[in-house]
Amino acid sequence: MSTGEKVLRYVLLVIVLLITVGPFLWQLSTSLKGPGEDIYTATPTFIPSEPTLQNYFSVADAIPVWRYIGNSLLVAAVDVIGNILFATLAGFALARLRWRGRALVMGLFIATLVLPGESTIISQFLTIKSLGLADTLLGVALPGMISTLNVLLMYNAFRQIPDEIDQAAVVDGANAWQRLRYVCLPAVYGTIAVVAIFAFIGAWDDFLWPLIVLQSPDKLTLTVGLQYLKGTFSTDQRLIAAGTMIAFVPIALFFGALQRYFFRGVEEGGVKG
Amino acid sequence: MTTVPTKAKSTAARKVGRTAVPRPKRPVKAGRLFTPWLLVVPALIWLVVFSLWPSINTVFLSFTDARPLSSDAAFIGTENFRTLLADPQVWTALLNSVIYMAICLPVLTVVPLLLAVLVEKKLPGITFFRTAFYTPVIASAVVVGLIWSWMLDDRGAINGMAESLGFVSESIPFLTDRWLLLISAISLTIWKGLGYYMIIYLAALGNIGKELHEAAALDGAGAARRLWSVTMPGVRGTMILVGILVCVSALRVFSELFILTNGTGGPGGEDNSLVMLIQQYARGFSGNLGYASALSLLLFLVTLVPMLVLARLNRKGAR
Repeated sequence: MSTGEKVLRYVLLVIVLLITVGPFLWQLSTSLKGPGEDIYTATPTFIPSEPTLQNYFSVADAIPVWRYIGNSLLVAAVDVIGNILFATLAGFALARLRWRGRALVMGLFIATLVLPGESTIISQFLTIKSLGLADTLLGVALPGMISTLNVLLMYNAFRQIPDEIDQAAVVDGANAWQRLRYVCLPAVYGTIAVVAIFAFIGAWDDFLWPLIVLQSPDKLTLTVGLQYLKGTFSTDQRLIAAGTMIAFVPIALFFGALQRYFFRGVEEGGVKG
Repeated sequence: MTTVPTKAKSTAARKVGRTAVPRPKRPVKAGRLFTPWLLVVPALIWLVVFSLWPSINTVFLSFTDARPLSSDAAFIGTENFRTLLADPQVWTALLNSVIYMAICLPVLTVVPLLLAVLVEKKLPGITFFRTAFYTPVIASAVVVGLIWSWMLDDRGAINGMAESLGFVSESIPFLTDRWLLLISAISLTIWKGLGYYMIIYLAALGNIGKELHEAAALDGAGAARRLWSVTMPGVRGTMILVGILVCVSALRVFSELFILTNGTGGPGGEDNSLVMLIQQYARGFSGNLGYASALSLLLFLVTLVPMLVLARLNRKGAR
């Protein structure tokens, strides 16, 4: 690559970087600005002149933010564990075992992909209600505990394992569980990371479903709780900014920690579905 | 085989095929039949309880007057659907969806491809850029909505910049004007979606052989020419898939509009989407789950259109 092309590429990369990450940094900067700073000037300054963490503490006075974080983490944990466990098992059975009814089950999984979740949300709510789980965190977590898309991602990953390796294990007398544990599982860690990331993002970021299931103010997840910040404190943008950063930083850290596996999983072809 | 085999014949043929390759005879253990079901049953139960049954039940519900707070629902025939067709809010929501699609489709099908080409080359620090470009995807739509409400506010960053540069003398009403609000929500959806589709393209680009690019370069094709003649045909299938995904997600839009309008649906509810209407009827004492279900069915039928287009294009591609 010529030096000119390199320079051009980096210039473009930095421009896109500013567009994608700029608003987050702007919000971060606002959240750190002191009460004496004018955040509404026509020529805004980026670096806070009176940096303070006070806004972050004030959020906790306005809404029970720690409780909301706990609620969101609980829902996310249930969904991540459920998806890793059950999508792996089902994906393995569909991809690597031969059994009657496999084609039918596979067809069912693919068919439900067509359903947009929003179009079944009313009836889903009634199901949760009849299980006695309306206005509970379990009710929020339950439907997302196994997602069809993740089953198909795992199916895809397992299917790409060469047949010879698997057959060798069969000849050696390994049963299905042993083949899963010792032969196939190590080959799909990248896709499992992708599933974990998708499940965490899905649970942590979801808004519509918890908005419909939850009523009690103390049971809200962070995303639903946050919108009250805007209503209560529409006058103080610094607080809203601090609130959004509280919701954003955990997931950014989670993704940052797993991004290597994520991009490897993408290159394995896991995301193509 | 020229004749269509009967069922008996075909199983016989399969049996012959199987004995043709001699295999050690092993007793069929009960576990072999049982294990696959054991593995797949949890996922299957979820599928039935949270996907299949709700979608069937939605159809039933749409013919009733079910309410959020009472348990009995009466069958009222097609009344919900007649109301729906006469409801100007529904038509406004559909119009908004069409505008959403018309803008999102070209932008989100092409720009992420260019981004993927930009981050494909292994340059120092490229992982950082890839991860950074993906940040808006992982952020909650609520967070993104709150950030953008601040940026687009009358006294926010964008108006501030526009004023200080002397472009405008009065602040632009991004969040209070019916059309500007819709455009703002669309921009937000596009901004949040770029990284997601970029990743899909990135996976697809890996499948195009390097030789093709090298051969084209030897023939004197410049970067633009190679993009047009090598990359674009190479990811044609992925472009179709991305286009359909963009359309479906445009029809399903909710959070962006909810946050930007404070849950009101904009001035006079004119910036509602179908999902926002569903949500409004699902909540509260005055809710109407039967009508919300009829709206859900409409949403499903509308999203089915791009899906069918995809199925058709796929069949053509396979031929």
